[in-house]
Amino acid sequence: MVRVDGSGGSNSLINVRGLGKTYSRGGEQIHVLQALNLDVEQGEFVAFMGPSGSGKTTLLNLLGGLDVPSAGSITVAGDEVTSMSRSKLTQWRARHVGFVFQMYNLIPVLTAFQNVELPLLLTNLSKAQRRQHVETALAVVGLSDRVHHFPRQLSGGQEQRVTIARAIVSDPTFLLCDEPTGDLDRKSADEIMELLLRLVKEYNKTVLMVTHDPLVAARADVTLHLEKGVLVEAGRQQTVTSGGAR
Amino acid sequence: MKFFSLIRANLFRKKIRFVLTIGSFAVALFLFGVLAIVKNAFSGGVDIAGADRLMVINRTSIIQPLPIAYADKIRRIPGVKELTYSNWFGGVYQDERNFFPQFAIDVDNQRRVYPEFDIPEEQWQNFVKDRQGAIAGAAIAKRFGWKVGDKIPIKGTFLGGIWDFNLDGIYHGTRQADDETQFWFQWKRFEEQVPEQFKGHVGWYAVKVDHPDDALRVSKAIDTEFANSPFETHTDTEKQFAAGWVKQFGNIQFLIMAIGGVVFFTLLLVTGNTMAIAVRERTAELAVLKAVGYSDRFVLFFVLFESLFIALLGGVIGLALAELFTLSGDPTHGILPFFVLPVKAIFMGLIVAVVVGAASGIIPAIGAMRLRVVDALRRV
Repeated sequence: MVRVDGSGGSNSLINVRGLGKTYSRGGEQIHVLQALNLDVEQGEFVAFMGPSGSGKTTLLNLLGGLDVPSAGSITVAGDEVTSMSRSKLTQWRARHVGFVFQMYNLIPVLTAFQNVELPLLLTNLSKAQRRQHVETALAVVGLSDRVHHFPRQLSGGQEQRVTIARAIVSDPTFLLCDEPTGDLDRKSADEIMELLLRLVKEYNKTVLMVTHDPLVAARADVTLHLEKGVLVEAGRQQTVTSGGAR
Repeated sequence: MKFFSLIRANLFRKKIRFVLTIGSFAVALFLFGVLAIVKNAFSGGVDIAGADRLMVINRTSIIQPLPIAYADKIRRIPGVKELTYSNWFGGVYQDERNFFPQFAIDVDNQRRVYPEFDIPEEQWQNFVKDRQGAIAGAAIAKRFGWKVGDKIPIKGTFLGGIWDFNLDGIYHGTRQADDETQFWFQWKRFEEQVPEQFKGHVGWYAVKVDHPDDALRVSKAIDTEFANSPFETHTDTEKQFAAGWVKQFGNIQFLIMAIGGVVFFTLLLVTGNTMAIAVRERTAELAVLKAVGYSDRFVLFFVLFESLFIALLGGVIGLALAELFTLSGDPTHGILPFFVLPVKAIFMGLIVAVVVGAASGIIPAIGAMRLRVVDALRRV
């Protein structure tokens, strides 16, 4: 169950304690996140909302090991991320985190297959094993018939599906989605949300998502608002409160 | 190998830019190769000149003769192993533009002093027996389509008349840079046909010493022997003689280094700029690679490899074109007989290409390595 008061147990997948992030800008200290606590369990789907500049993306970057906090700690599946060196953090990201960006960020000169294969090139899997993993991931996102297409030959929704396939191909511990539907029309956005929900329900994936769209956020188990650098629980879906865990 | 598709896709991302960048390297290395060929053409004689051979010329000038009687006196000087002599002929074959050096040679000693020129024994023996015989270098024979048995008429310049020669043999150099453009005939025939006032004289002596260490002592001994005579001598090692010849053309080395330096510095700026643009436009992609787990070091080598690959491929193409350029032969038709791209220059060119490739790629590569994912994605 998602908690923001620091009362979660150590058996949570993600434990964030006293997290702070401060930027210096023109000699001024900007406290983006302040003593933030968060506990997320395996298989939960959490949406973060908040006004621009409230620190949503900063929080996601910290959770994904892309940035280092000014204070506090983040522990994921028992590993304290905040104490890792830069190179350790890179290895940790490869094993544990799947990223989905708003602008897809696919490599335009690689096919869908090659884009999805990228994280697997860092593993010891054989070529045949990599092929099998990539085909499975593309099948999960419904793009088995677009394997050899380049990004420019795909629609926005399809590109985002490839990004999701790339994020799940190495079976990471959790997915971080930064405005995954921000660049899509409503229909495509709905399809992407259906896909993310399916990953949570059918594959027990943990998804942490930043969004500006209340309709999108409403699809998640829990919506948390970032206000003045701290998280406030804004809404828990019916299934969550009644189901306990979700 | 598993990263091959990623590397290949990036290399061919902008095909026109890829081709132009490789082209700029190829042109620069072609120029480097041509400069090396020209330098070698001037100094090739110096590089391969025997350290154990001395050239004895008239102290006034090489165009002044020396008495044939000096031969025995020089042979008696301690340290002298072999001796031969030659005369410049300076004839014209068909047209004045068909320049090649012709020498009247001493058939008894030529091969002892110049063992690097290889001639089939049978051909040599035919030449020795044939007063009208001649031996041509392989390059000059190829240039004019001569074969053994051909009659070759050469018009004398300062001696006048048409001199008919029978081509008895063709010599080959045993080293890459050996001069294969010479044309030899018997000194005795030359002696028979020159006017009375020229008889009993040679153009120069070539002396082989027992050991290169003896060269200076023997040189001094020869010049001392003929000091204060009507025909004073000036003796140098063949290397010094060839170097003195090259000096007449000015400081070729400096000229080549200056031009080469400017070209490569310009190339460095152009390629460095190209690589910087290539990295800049891929900022988000490099950030994504890092986000999904590619290390900083991988990104560094990824960018650097691209730069090195372009440099090396362009370098190989440029040097291959320079080598092709030499296949058509010396464009001066004989003035630059050592018109080859030395193997040393090929290696040097490749090293230069790699160094320029690394130098132009290292700054963008370090920039890519230091790239912070968060900053890069925010910029996009």
